[in-house]
Formats: sequence, structure tokens, C-alpha cells
Amino acid sequence: MNKLLEVKDLQTHFIMKNEVVKAVDGVSFTIYEKETFGLVGESGSGKSQTCRSILGLVKKPGKVVGGEILYKKQDVVKMSKDQLRKIRGHEISIIFQEPMTSLNPVLKIRKQIFEAFDRTDMTKEEKRKKSIELLKLVGIPSPETRMEEYTHQFSGGMRQRAMIAIALASEPSLLIADEPTTALDVTIQDQIMQLLNQLKEELGMSILLITHDLAVVAQMCDRVAVMYAGMIVEMTDTFTLFSTPRHPYTNALIRSLPNQKGANERLEPIHGAPPNLADLPMGCPFHPRCKFAEEICRTSRPELTDLTNTHQVRCHFLNKTVGFQGTFTPDKKQGGCDGENS
Amino acid sequence: MNGLNYILKRILQIIPVVFIISILIFLMLRAIPGDPARLVLGEKATIESIDAMREKLGLNESYIVQYGKFVKGIVSLDLGTSLTYQRPVIELLRSRVKITLMLTLISTFFSLLISFPLGYYAGKYKDSMFDQIVKSGALAAVSMPSFWIGLLLMILFGVKLRWLPVGGWGNTFIEQIRSLILPGLTMSLLTSALLIRNIRNSVVDISNMDYVDFARSKGISERAVKNRHILRNALISTVTLLLMRMAYMLGGSVIIETVFSLPGIGKLMVDSIFGRDYAVVQALVMLFAMIILMINLLTDIIYSFLDPRVKF
Ligand SMILES: Nc1ncnc2c1ncn2[C@@H]1O[C@H](COP(=O)(O)OP(=O)(O)OP(=O)(O)O)[C@@H](O)[C@H]1O
Ligand code: SF4
Ligand SMILES: [Mg+2]
Repeated sequence: MNKLLEVKDLQTHFIMKNEVVKAVDGVSFTIYEKETFGLVGESGSGKSQTCRSILGLVKKPGKVVGGEILYKKQDVVKMSKDQLRKIRGHEISIIFQEPMTSLNPVLKIRKQIFEAFDRTDMTKEEKRKKSIELLKLVGIPSPETRMEEYTHQFSGGMRQRAMIAIALASEPSLLIADEPTTALDVTIQDQIMQLLNQLKEELGMSILLITHDLAVVAQMCDRVAVMYAGMIVEMTDTFTLFSTPRHPYTNALIRSLPNQKGANERLEPIHGAPPNLADLPMGCPFHPRCKFAEEICRTSRPELTDLTNTHQVRCHFLNKTVGFQGTFTPDKKQGGCDGENS
Repeated sequence: MNGLNYILKRILQIIPVVFIISILIFLMLRAIPGDPARLVLGEKATIESIDAMREKLGLNESYIVQYGKFVKGIVSLDLGTSLTYQRPVIELLRSRVKITLMLTLISTFFSLLISFPLGYYAGKYKDSMFDQIVKSGALAAVSMPSFWIGLLLMILFGVKLRWLPVGGWGNTFIEQIRSLILPGLTMSLLTSALLIRNIRNSVVDISNMDYVDFARSKGISERAVKNRHILRNALISTVTLLLMRMAYMLGGSVIIETVFSLPGIGKLMVDSIFGRDYAVVQALVMLFAMIILMINLLTDIIYSFLDPRVKF
């Protein structure tokens, strides 16, 4: 398997007058060609900022202050604006979390799709044809007329589909989907996930899928990283994550899932609140909420450690969760997972 | 409903408003205490001359008939004769309105030229040194009296540098434009200051929107991001403000016209009020009312084109 994207020790901080919010604090992961990589974690754990960093779209006062983001071996962080533009939309596309605010309210959908072809030398007619094709692909009925409409005439699900169509317009190698379904109801959620899966197969792209929803992870992802307080606390293939989660946080997440196939429940919040990213506790960021915490957890921060060469965990006490066997069976079987050694 | 129907509907809606305004203006003159004929002729007029004037003004007829004549006059653009100038009012207005209109256009042009780049970059580089300077500049422009700014400009460009005339109205088109530059600039400073604040704040808000980042994520050029997404959307809230300022400017600025000795309608209004030139006052009030109505209509129409969310 070829590496497509390699994020190494990424640090994205919001530097404000009297505090620094470490939204992403040393995140590393690799996405291989044609795989779906999941990023899960509670609200505020830094998932969206990780995505935005990849395309150089972090909002001020946020900034990538450290690390590398290698896309096909080129560091995106060091790229000039022009180089970055060649990556954006052409190699890597993104679907934002909020369909309601991610499309320009005063431009016709058509114009917003056409923009994705800005630097091609397609004629208007070709652009039109391709746009209609794309809108059809994502399941927007009568695209010829819908395309002449504005976003306020679109429902949330339709906007999300339009956004996907735009993101796919230039046939990217990597699609970043930041909670593409959180804003939508369950049936539409399902349709969109199936759509992404199908498009991934058809177009042979990789997907970085961000979600709150473990059921979605189970349905979609080959490998998963779990984020907590701007850090990855556990990373492995989907099957392993669900069957033998080893970080106390992941463990608690999976324990809280109902014991049935394809369950559509959201993560049950674990007792306690996520930490303040501007003022992380000393030691392991999870220790105030961790039932296995000991003295060392309060003073020293654990490193992300290889449990096997496809399973990394950030915890001082890797053995405490050993006895736990996951009861949740992911839809995807081991065969679909692409580990480092495959 | 489509755009054209919308415009038609809005024009139809104006008709009753115009009707009410015409009644108000008609009553205005008649509501002033005292005999209009005497007011027109002054204290020392003889009974005979007053009677003759009453006859001439048609004051002996019923209000209905008078109003009918009044409306007929307006429609046929026969607005009476100015007492002070002894010329038909419509003729008087024609030259004055032209000056004020040109002044407004030049001043609007300057305002756009000044405010869009300054407002945009101040918003883009929010809290930078540039932003601070622009903000303080705008504040200063709002708080300085325009006659003072006018005098300063006049001294600098008219007296010291001798680039432009210090005042008055030229005969050729070029001369006229030249004599409108300083007053236009003076007038545009306040408008620009107001526009700059509005544009800056819109640009700050809009740049922060996800759709701008999403547009960027398509790999389009920064220029396209700026023009298609940020400026265009900032324009929507700015256009109302600009048109309001234009309505105000079309009313004629007495101060500017006085400082630069321009024979526009602002000065005419003041002169006619003091000179009790009722026919002119009446015509000007009607004109102002029309300007406000038209600008309002224009605002709505432009708005409906710029912002598709507006329901027709
Ligand atoms: N503009 C900002 N200024 C300061 N801090 C910010 C800003 N935007 C984000 N953050 C911080 O970055 C952290 C990570 O945010 P991020 O949007 O990546 O979370 P997330 O994991 O995507 O959460 P969610 O699931 O709610 O989308 C947040 O906790 C927040 O404190
Ligand atoms: S390091 Fe300690 S506090 Fe952190 S997860 Fe492991 S056991 Fe819990
Ligand atoms: Mg997010």
C-alpha cells in the first residue's frame, strides 16, 4: 500500500492575547491509497482543526506551528500559496461539517460547482454536462433545474450532497469529510455514507472521515484514530479497535455502545467534561476522567506507544484494559483493513 | 414571481404614496396661517393687487378644483413661476438639478473609489496597523465639519497648488467637471467614512464564513475568492447605505454648495424659503419626495438582484 498522506507531529494552535489553545497537539497518522481513515473523538478534540490544517484553511488566530503534512511526499505546510492551490480541490477536497453555512447564499449552485473547474480549460458546455453528471451522482433529482437555484432553496441534506458534488468535481485523490452527516437525519445520514462508500470504490480515492459516531466508523472505516484533547490516544484498524480497545478512553466509548450490529446510537458521553485546551492538566490529559489513573498519570504524559505495529496507544497502563473484549461487532471484517504491514 | 413582476408591483405600490404626498404638499401652502396672496406679495400690498393675485393663484376656487389644477400642473411640468427669479420654476430647476446630480455622481464615484479598497483591506487585515489607521481616519472624517474640510481642500488644491478652481460653475463640460472635483471630494469624505466602516465590518464577518473557506478549498484564486465571495456579499449590506447617502446628496447640500459657490438645489431651497418663493419651495419639496421614493424603489430592486434570499 502506498502512503498518500502522512501527518507528522502536527501542532495547530490558536494563539490569543492571554492564552494558547492547543487544538491539535502533536498528531501523527498516515492515510494509504484507497482507504478510509476515521478520526473520532468528542466535540472540541481537534478533529476539524486537523482537517483544516491539511488544506491550510485554519482560521485566524489559529496557525500550524509545528510538524509536517506530507502529501505524496511534499510538505503542505511549507508550500507557497500557488502550490497549495494546486493541491486544494485538485488533489485533496474537503466537505465541511456545517452544510448550512458552507455554501455561498448568493451564488447559484451552478456557479459554485463551476468554480471547481476554474483552472481547467473546459468549455461552458462541458462544465455544465459534468456538473449535471455530478449532481446526479450524489442523488440530486432534476439537476438541470436545481443547479440554477440558490442554497436557501435546498434542504440540509441537499446542501450536503451539493457540497459532496463540488468536492468530487475535480476527482480528488483524498476526500476529507468532516462529519458529513451530523447535521442530517438518520435516513439521509445512511444514504450519504453509502454514497461516499460507493464513490470511493468508483473513483478509487481515499477518505479521511471525521465523525462522532462509532457506528459510522464501523460501517465505513478501514483504520481509525481516536482523538482526545488535541492528541491521538489510540490508532488501529477498525476491527481491532472494536474488539480490543486498549486505551481507557476508547474502552469506555465502546463499552457505552449498545450491543447490537449497526447500532446507530451516538457516543454516550463519559462522565466528566473534556479538558480546557488552553490549560491542559499535567500528565495524561485524560486522567481527571480515567478510572485507571494512578500517580504517574498526574505527573507524566504518556507517549503514543506501539502495541503491535498496527496498534498504537497513549497510556501508561496498557495492561489495565487487557481483559476487556469488545462486544460490538463492526460491519467490516478484518480482511478489509489495511495495516502498515499488509 | 419573477424579477420584472416584482419591479412592476413595487412601482404600482408607489402610486398611492405619491398621491398622499401631493395632497400634503398641496395642503402645506394653504395651511400656512394668513392669506397666501398676501404672503406672496408682502405686507405693503394693496387690496387690489392682492385680489388680482388671489385670482391669479386660483385661490377663489374650491379646494377640489385647486387640487385638480395643482396636479395638472405637476403632470404637465408647469410648476408656476418663481417670484424671485421671474422665470418658470421648471426652467430654474433644470439647470440646478443638473449641477446637484453631477455633484452627487462625482461624489459617489469618489466614495466608491476610496471606500472599497480601504474598507476591504482594513477588514482583510483586521487589527493591523493599516486597519487602525483607516478606522481612525474614518472616525475623523465623520466628526469633522464638511465646510472645514471643503475649505482645507480649497486652500490646498485651489489656492496653494492652483490645480483646480476654488469655486463657481464652469461653462464647458470639462470646466464643470473640474469645478465639481473639490466639492465632490469634500462631500464624499463623509460617505466614504460611513461606507468604509460598513465594508470593513462586512468583510471581517464574511471572511470568517465557512463558505469562503469552502470556496478556497476548491483551489480557486485569491482574486476569485475576493471578488466572487467576499466583496460581492459585502456589497449587499453596503448598497442600502450608499443609496441612502445618494438620496441625501441629491437633496443638495447647502453647506457644500455655499462653500464652493455652486448654484445647486440645496442653495436654491434655502434662498426660496427666505425669499418666500412658494412656487419654488413647493416644487422642490415635491422633487425631494420623488427622489426619496425613487431611491427607495431602486434600493429594493437592486437588493432583490443582489440577494436571492429576498422574496419577491
Ligand atoms: N477560532 C477559534 N479560536 C480559539 N479556539 C478555537 C477556535 N476554533 C477552534 N478552537 C479550539 O479548537 C479546538 C478544536 O476544535 P475543532 O473544531 O477541531 O473540534 P472538533 O473535534 O472538530 O469538534 P466538533 O466535533 O464539535 O466539530 C476547540 O476545542 C476550540 O477550543
Ligand atoms: S495514562 Fe493513566 S490516566 Fe491516562 S489513560 Fe492511561 S491510565 Fe488513564
Ligand atoms: Mg468539528
